[in-house]
Amino acid sequence: MKNQYLALTFLAVVILTIGFLNHNDYYFNILNILFLKGLIVIGLSLLMGYAGQVSLGHAAFYGLGAYTSGILTAKFGWGCLPALGVAQLVTFIAALMIGLPALRLKGHYLAMATLGFGVIVYIFFKELISLTGGPSGLVGIPPLEILGKVFMESREYYFLFGGILFLALLGALHLAHSPFGRGLLAIHDSEAATVSLGYDTNRLKLIVFLLSAALAGLAGSLYAHFAMFIAPTSFTFLHSVKLVTMVVIGGVASLWGALLGAAVLTILPEVLTVFEDYDVLVFGAILVLIMIFLPEGLFKGLGKWIGQFRHKIAT
Amino acid sequence: MSELIQFIFSGLTNGAIYALIALGFTIVYNATEVINFAQGEFVMLGAMFMATFCALGLPIPLAFFLSVGIVALIGIIMERLAIYPARHASHITLIIITIGLSILIKGVAMFAWGKDPLSVPSFLGDTPIHLLGATIVPQKILVLIATLICVLLMELFFRKTMVGKAMRASAVNRLAARLVGIKVEPLVLLAFALSAATSAVAGVVISPITFATYDMGTLLGLKGFSAAVLGGLTSGLGAVVGGFVLGLLEAFAAGFISSAYKDAAAFVILILVLLLKPEGLFGKGATKKL
Amino acid sequence: MKKFLLSFILVSFLLVSTSVWAGKPYKIGALFSITGPTSFIGEPERNTLVMLVDEVNKAGGINGHPVELVVYDTEGEETNAVKKVTKLIVQDRVLAIIGPSRTGTTLAVVPFVERYKVPLISCAAGIKIVEPVKPWVFKTAQSDRLAVKKIYEYCQANGIKKVAIITVSNGFGQSGREELKSLAKEYGIEIVADELFGPKDTDMTPQLTRIRSKNPDAVICWGTNPGPAIVAKNMKQLGMKQQLFMSHGVASKKFIELAGDAAEGIILPAGKILVADQLPDDDPQKKLLLDYIARYKARFGKEPSAFGGHAYDAFLLLKAALEKAGADRAKIREALENLRGIVGIHGIFNMSPTDHNGLDEKTAFVLIRIQNGDWQLIK
Repeated sequence: MKNQYLALTFLAVVILTIGFLNHNDYYFNILNILFLKGLIVIGLSLLMGYAGQVSLGHAAFYGLGAYTSGILTAKFGWGCLPALGVAQLVTFIAALMIGLPALRLKGHYLAMATLGFGVIVYIFFKELISLTGGPSGLVGIPPLEILGKVFMESREYYFLFGGILFLALLGALHLAHSPFGRGLLAIHDSEAATVSLGYDTNRLKLIVFLLSAALAGLAGSLYAHFAMFIAPTSFTFLHSVKLVTMVVIGGVASLWGALLGAAVLTILPEVLTVFEDYDVLVFGAILVLIMIFLPEGLFKGLGKWIGQFRHKIAT
Repeated sequence: MSELIQFIFSGLTNGAIYALIALGFTIVYNATEVINFAQGEFVMLGAMFMATFCALGLPIPLAFFLSVGIVALIGIIMERLAIYPARHASHITLIIITIGLSILIKGVAMFAWGKDPLSVPSFLGDTPIHLLGATIVPQKILVLIATLICVLLMELFFRKTMVGKAMRASAVNRLAARLVGIKVEPLVLLAFALSAATSAVAGVVISPITFATYDMGTLLGLKGFSAAVLGGLTSGLGAVVGGFVLGLLEAFAAGFISSAYKDAAAFVILILVLLLKPEGLFGKGATKKL
Repeated sequence: MKKFLLSFILVSFLLVSTSVWAGKPYKIGALFSITGPTSFIGEPERNTLVMLVDEVNKAGGINGHPVELVVYDTEGEETNAVKKVTKLIVQDRVLAIIGPSRTGTTLAVVPFVERYKVPLISCAAGIKIVEPVKPWVFKTAQSDRLAVKKIYEYCQANGIKKVAIITVSNGFGQSGREELKSLAKEYGIEIVADELFGPKDTDMTPQLTRIRSKNPDAVICWGTNPGPAIVAKNMKQLGMKQQLFMSHGVASKKFIELAGDAAEGIILPAGKILVADQLPDDDPQKKLLLDYIARYKARFGKEPSAFGGHAYDAFLLLKAALEKAGADRAKIREALENLRGIVGIHGIFNMSPTDHNGLDEKTAFVLIRIQNGDWQLIK
């Protein structure tokens, strides 16, 4: 955990330095979206890397958070914080309904069930027009207001989202290094052995799943207020897949890796703009190449490469 | 009554397509335990090549076999270039590779064929046939027949031929298969070729009904995957039944309940089946409850 | 997502070669869905805009200032549009923005252009974009309401009382569906069936079977390719003889090609661009339309679609505003709001503080019947 504190301090310094030195709102907005994606992948990384379960419906939890917050504030005039609370409750209940039965079974049932769940939720976003605004989206979501402070500037959102991401990462790292986290990691390796050690593996898995859904819901609520507009196209099955891809690209079973994956997949398309129309092709190719040559993900893979490189220099 | 029959026709046609795609999923899954997210793109490629060959004026049977053959070849190339080099990686890594491939294939198709839908002539004309008070176009009957032939051929291949038996054996236990002298790598290659070919057949036969568009594969792939899950993911027969069940459910939901929620209805059934009968309709019963 | 290096190179080339520019370039931004499911909208819009900017620069710019164009691709997706709009405003510091192509992406960027106070001329049709009026937001595409009025006027005149509607479940279909339902009463029309289909659906016979059982006088389908072509084919297969109306969403030759025989006899509202050569000679738009078609064909080798016309009109408006206002966002906005009598591709624009679209159904749409695989203007 000592190394982790060092890395966390470093992260905090980087976030603060960028926050104070940067004056370009475009960069802030890219980073804001990255921070929100980071929140989701932290939960997803715990679920995939530690509990060995895959969710193909996390965009739906993200969307549930966004739409609950959005609808309550835009249509019913609620305050942002109470709406956020209800949004957390809604995502929690939804996750419980899916997770409770699916996680009793061994295998990839959670993946399948969340896939179906994601599609259903997306259809409801599109069809409950009187509530959600339908396919053309929900307008009139107010900017975030916490205890009288209204967030207007991209920089303000940057510090808020950065702070929340930092706290979430801190919490997740603690969890991963606690007996609870070690129990989870054991499930990933051998569920039967974990049971024999006296862990209630179903409960562990369920708790992680609920936690990851709650984080996605939180990111959704924040996104709704940040963008002030949401539409169903941001919460499709393909977005769920993209979130899973972020975790895998970075390296399953590594929270830092997942964040790296989120950063790469959020920033890469912006950089690929130089390829003009061919950017989709380059993006797909890069994805395939990373997975072929660094099957354990960028984080570990790059680490190994750097290790070998050092070794070469030394000899 | 005639309405019900109309819904059944509609459901069977779509179901046949889902069945073929689902079959492709199970073939690859059995060989590699990888869910191939590029499966839908094979459907798209089949339809696209068909549109091209028809536009060039080739006779339809020739265009059919050329399209299917080329897509099977693409399946082989894909396995060699992207799956084989990473064969020792974890399943999830391989799955992400197939996601990357599907993005890549879709992108190439967009450049090769453009963004507009392409039309394909009906194989047997457009005059509808009246049957039990409902109407159906010959192309839809053709879709059903093609699906049945494909499924039968696959079944024969897996049950009667040596290679097919070897593939089934290595699906059940890869190590044991190796021990009795089965070479697994060529079988994986074959699995990709077969699964690409079946999906291409789906794309070719449906193209006159739905047109060919570079982004048509993704949703069809997702539906086919759901059908495969419904059937237990490992059973070919299950995949086919799953496909038809999904197609019929969609048609009934659109016809009797509400067209807005028809897709939701299908997926609610998917979740219910998963949770109530986790091994799928025809799965191997390998699910363990802890 | 694409930055038009080409136009940059062209601009710098002109700068060096002529070096007679009186002033700094006017930098304008554009957001279109150049890739993704709605690329068929964004691509002609981008082409049109690139063409127009080149032409203006060759002709000496606006008030002696060259125009510099920065285009990004939204992929038709909201989060992407939000990222790109801040890039245009903050990084590229554009004076005004043309686009986005879709109603959803437009609504997504509206809070940002309002926050940073940058004029936006959207190319999307949704009425929510300009109702209620937002100071910085304009649009050139005809509202779907005008298209619905055109169809209902025809129904009224031809004794059609019971209609069934079948709409696609995306933003375009939703907007059409809302207008169809809310205007029906005004024209004494009863909607007997209200069905939906998904943008990627492959078979609409269940919905049409339901419609058939309600026995309507006419069917109105609202969507973009390829769905409506499948609806037309399915209707023919089911032997339904009702008059089929389509929306302006399928107003391209592609639709006739896809639907084949099933397209015959379909009536749809469309921009005048489709039947430019059939317009009476005294039509004020005719010359401009024929001219645009010829120029677009010469450069891109194919006919422009109606969507390209929205970008054309947006640039016309922006050019007129820039001529009056110069490089000042607030003045451009004010100038846009007060433009009157601008003859464009899709109508004659009369902007006002209460109307940021500025079109009426008289000039914005004509009704067209598909006959012998071609468009026939209904007079």
